[in-house]
Amino acid sequence: MTDSMATIARAQAAYVRAIDSDDLEAWPDFFTDPCFYQITTADNYRRGLPAGLIWADSRGMLKDRVSALREANIYERHSYRHLLGQPAVLAEETESGVRAADSETPFCVLRITGDGPTDVFASGVYVDRYLIGARGALLRRRVVVCDSSRIDTLLALPL
Amino acid sequence: MSVRTKTAGKTWPRSLTQVPYWAYQDEHVYRAEQEKLFHGPFWSYLCLEAELAEPGDFCATFIGEQPVLVTRDTDGQVYAFENRCAHRGALIAMADHGHARDFTCVYHAWTYNLQGDLTAVAFADGVGGKGGMPPDFCMGRHGPRKLRLAIVHGLVFGTLNNDLPDIEEYLGEEILDRIGRVLAGRQPVILGRFTQMLPNNWKLYVENVKDSYHASILHLFFTTFGINRLSQRGAIIVSPGGGHHVSYSAIDPSTAGGDEYSKQSIRSDGEYRLTDPSMLNGFSEVGDDITLQILTVFPGFVLQQIQNSVAVRQILPVGVGQTKLNWTYLGFASDTEEQRLVRLKQANLVGPAGYVSMEDGVIGGFVQRGIAGASGESATVQMGGDGYSSSESRVTEASVRGFWQVYRAAMGFEIAGKDEDAVA
Repeated sequence: MTDSMATIARAQAAYVRAIDSDDLEAWPDFFTDPCFYQITTADNYRRGLPAGLIWADSRGMLKDRVSALREANIYERHSYRHLLGQPAVLAEETESGVRAADSETPFCVLRITGDGPTDVFASGVYVDRYLIGARGALLRRRVVVCDSSRIDTLLALPL
Repeated sequence: MSVRTKTAGKTWPRSLTQVPYWAYQDEHVYRAEQEKLFHGPFWSYLCLEAELAEPGDFCATFIGEQPVLVTRDTDGQVYAFENRCAHRGALIAMADHGHARDFTCVYHAWTYNLQGDLTAVAFADGVGGKGGMPPDFCMGRHGPRKLRLAIVHGLVFGTLNNDLPDIEEYLGEEILDRIGRVLAGRQPVILGRFTQMLPNNWKLYVENVKDSYHASILHLFFTTFGINRLSQRGAIIVSPGGGHHVSYSAIDPSTAGGDEYSKQSIRSDGEYRLTDPSMLNGFSEVGDDITLQILTVFPGFVLQQIQNSVAVRQILPVGVGQTKLNWTYLGFASDTEEQRLVRLKQANLVGPAGYVSMEDGVIGGFVQRGIAGASGESATVQMGGDGYSSSESRVTEASVRGFWQVYRAAMGFEIAGKDEDAVA
């Protein structure tokens, strides 16, 4: 059995590479279906408030988010650079015969809008549940908890 | 006073169809707004009563730049006062929200009760008979300024000015009714709070909310996914004075079968389709056929119902070219589990990442950048004429003109004469 931490780190490296290199279409494939994905803030998370900036409970909703960004929404061209810390594996168990691992990974996301400067856009922690199988680790659940309550201008690309 | 002399030279165009770009750029205008609007004879939204559920709960908010504390005291009443110690001016409370028996300023431990009265001054009698406050120091004469408050269907409004009518008269019957339509008789539940920092003057966001002309042009989500809103019937209501507005749309009974709301209200049949259209399975929000209602209260409050996404927005200026937009997403205590799920899914439509609102986060910045160097020029808002009356067409900028009507009068700008108007 491979080490969960290494498996998760490998999955996360591919995840941020997809977003940062504008391969958004690959993003939903890092999740199981159904899945849960939410972007929230530390304040909402601490208070148990359920709404998200982005809130999805299926891989289809993640695909729709990508289609909307590509086809419908209007925003200034920008890109991210994700910098992730090491995943802390907090618990491991078997969920319906599949290996499951709960982990937390700190992140920092830099945003470059147009030809503008490199700005710190978000920092926070991914609070995750991974299912680990033959295809590696897939996200059953990812709650993106941003440290700050403030979002600068808009949040278009996923974190 | 400097504020008056610095803005006295400014002349506003006579016609409401022209908005001079300096209004979004001028530091003196910005300073004058703090005095004449946010400290002027207007009601500002502070917070929701639902954020002050228990005695001792408090909420730190703002009127313009002014920090304000709103509390619920043990008598069950809501109070508000400046979040500013009467001693040296430090913040009395630093948390955004919380629970307290009283407030003690960290600087010199001056203590205030939940109504904002000064109750204790550290070392007031000195130490060992030396030092201390003079004997004629009266705590009752020192304290943060208290706000006049009004609660409308759970929305807490406040003002530092006494020269304005009661909130009911201020809002008028039509606006009051439309607030009541969404909030009356229901207990709001806070689902989430998000702050969006906008790179533009606050008035550009106010105008954007009031501008129903841009909605189907800038926001392409519904159109792109062929989400056919059978909600063609609608109107714009502008309050008689011009400052407040409501824009709404409703299912047209001639196109809707009147059976299942969820199937009739919106569906996706465009070139692009939603993979998971469950987000569109809404319900009638309050039992009527209105699917969208955007309401503003002068100067900077928004109540929105977009399908089943209900939220309040507080627009706060933090600089000439920077605005803080506070979103509070709401559900209601009466929601079923299914309805709550719909609200969480439809929250994707709004906010900083909203399918139909993310554009509003950048568009004000595009204007702010676009008008650099053009402070002598003006925007033109002629769609639907030059007045600010209510209209059945939403292809109008009437409510934007209504805002400027109230704004320019409150700011006391000179209005240009007819001759200048003809040239401009």
